[in-house]
Amino acid sequence: MKAAAFDHLWADSPAHAVVLIAAGAGGAKACSGSQSLGPMLNLRLVQVDQLVDVSRLEALRGFELQADVLRIGAAVTHARIEDGELPDVTHGLLPAVAADIAYRAVRNRGTLGGSLAHADPAADWVATMCLLDAGIVLLGEQGERKLRATEFLLGPFTTALQPDEIIVAIEVPRFSPGARWAYRKTCRKPGEFAEAIGAVWIDSQRGVARVVMGSLGGVPWVLEGRDEVAGLAQPAALRAALDDAGIEDGYEREVHAAMLRRALADIDSFKAPSP
Amino acid sequence: MKTITLHVNGAQLSAAAECRTHLADHLREQHGLTGTHLGCEHGVCGACTVEIDGVPARSCITFVGACEGAQVRTIEGFDDDALMTRLRAAFSAEHALQCGYCTPGMLITSHDIVRRLPDADEARVRKELAGNLCRCTGYRGIVRAILAVLGERRGHAAPSMKAIHAD
Repeated sequence: MKAAAFDHLWADSPAHAVVLIAAGAGGAKACSGSQSLGPMLNLRLVQVDQLVDVSRLEALRGFELQADVLRIGAAVTHARIEDGELPDVTHGLLPAVAADIAYRAVRNRGTLGGSLAHADPAADWVATMCLLDAGIVLLGEQGERKLRATEFLLGPFTTALQPDEIIVAIEVPRFSPGARWAYRKTCRKPGEFAEAIGAVWIDSQRGVARVVMGSLGGVPWVLEGRDEVAGLAQPAALRAALDDAGIEDGYEREVHAAMLRRALADIDSFKAPSP
Repeated sequence: MKTITLHVNGAQLSAAAECRTHLADHLREQHGLTGTHLGCEHGVCGACTVEIDGVPARSCITFVGACEGAQVRTIEGFDDDALMTRLRAAFSAEHALQCGYCTPGMLITSHDIVRRLPDADEARVRKELAGNLCRCTGYRGIVRAILAVLGERRGHAAPSMKAIHAD
């Protein structure tokens, strides 16, 4: 349980991180809280030549409320989101999701950007950012580009990050006053990665209705459209959704169906938290 | 090798380290602070929990290079802490340990629970403890000890532990 040898480099700025990672020619990895990468390195499932540490970069630790989105720095920790340090643009969704990620000792160091870069299919932010159709802002030698979460995530532990790129920010849409959300997951023990995630976001003023199944073998399954989402409560539609998501195992179908049914039931009784 | 400087339990300590070394090994092997225990070494068991810059963290999945200049507090650094003194007494009174392997991490997590969540009930305490594994006690004594200290701080002589004592 000891990592193989690597060098630890401090990046002075996001642009410097890009230079260091590009110079590593595939052997360097950006690292922030190391709460996902640390175990991978200790287990030697991942070996790197250099860790490029971005955890102390102020440019990645801030957040900015913009007209339509909250732009969250990639190195913002789960604990800061849990504690409500950021403006609540999601009627409590982000703090609620953050509070149930792993354990407080992990949330104190683990970061939003790190979790997305790691791209564990069972990770909460992976499902949540697909639900919210969030923007993932990447910085590389050619400058910034922005992908939708569903474009950024390509498969289990696989993203669109190029060898010279880091995540610098995540853009989360600002919910309308009447927006509703539901987020259900099942874990055999609190803090474990989920066996199944079911989540719903309905924001009629934005013209949004989305459902996500998370913790699949690959990327989250996403359904869009008011009628499609409303129809998912029908058993036949639910079965078709499970088929479409490629879930074959009987037990897995049951838990994913249960999380979706509960999330769809929750959405009807949703009350936005008082500001 | 790099020279890493940490502020450990109030003292500035410098020692050479390989970057791949995690903080727990560094504290134990370079600074003799063997109160920090290692169980799983991949962030699951919580035995290695220490405070980094004032908040609990896993020292087994935090590499020492990332801690340059950080304030680190290990279980040894809580000797004179009033709340930890009370927690130690409660752990003893409630049989919250047997072999003691998980105890340093349990105490540091408990310290955080009591400070951060003064209104925590039994269910919340159990949820917060989910990241610290104990294979001796079945957790009942640990939960009782934390509830006792929480109750005292809320001004209750006896904490509400009916559910625990009843089963």
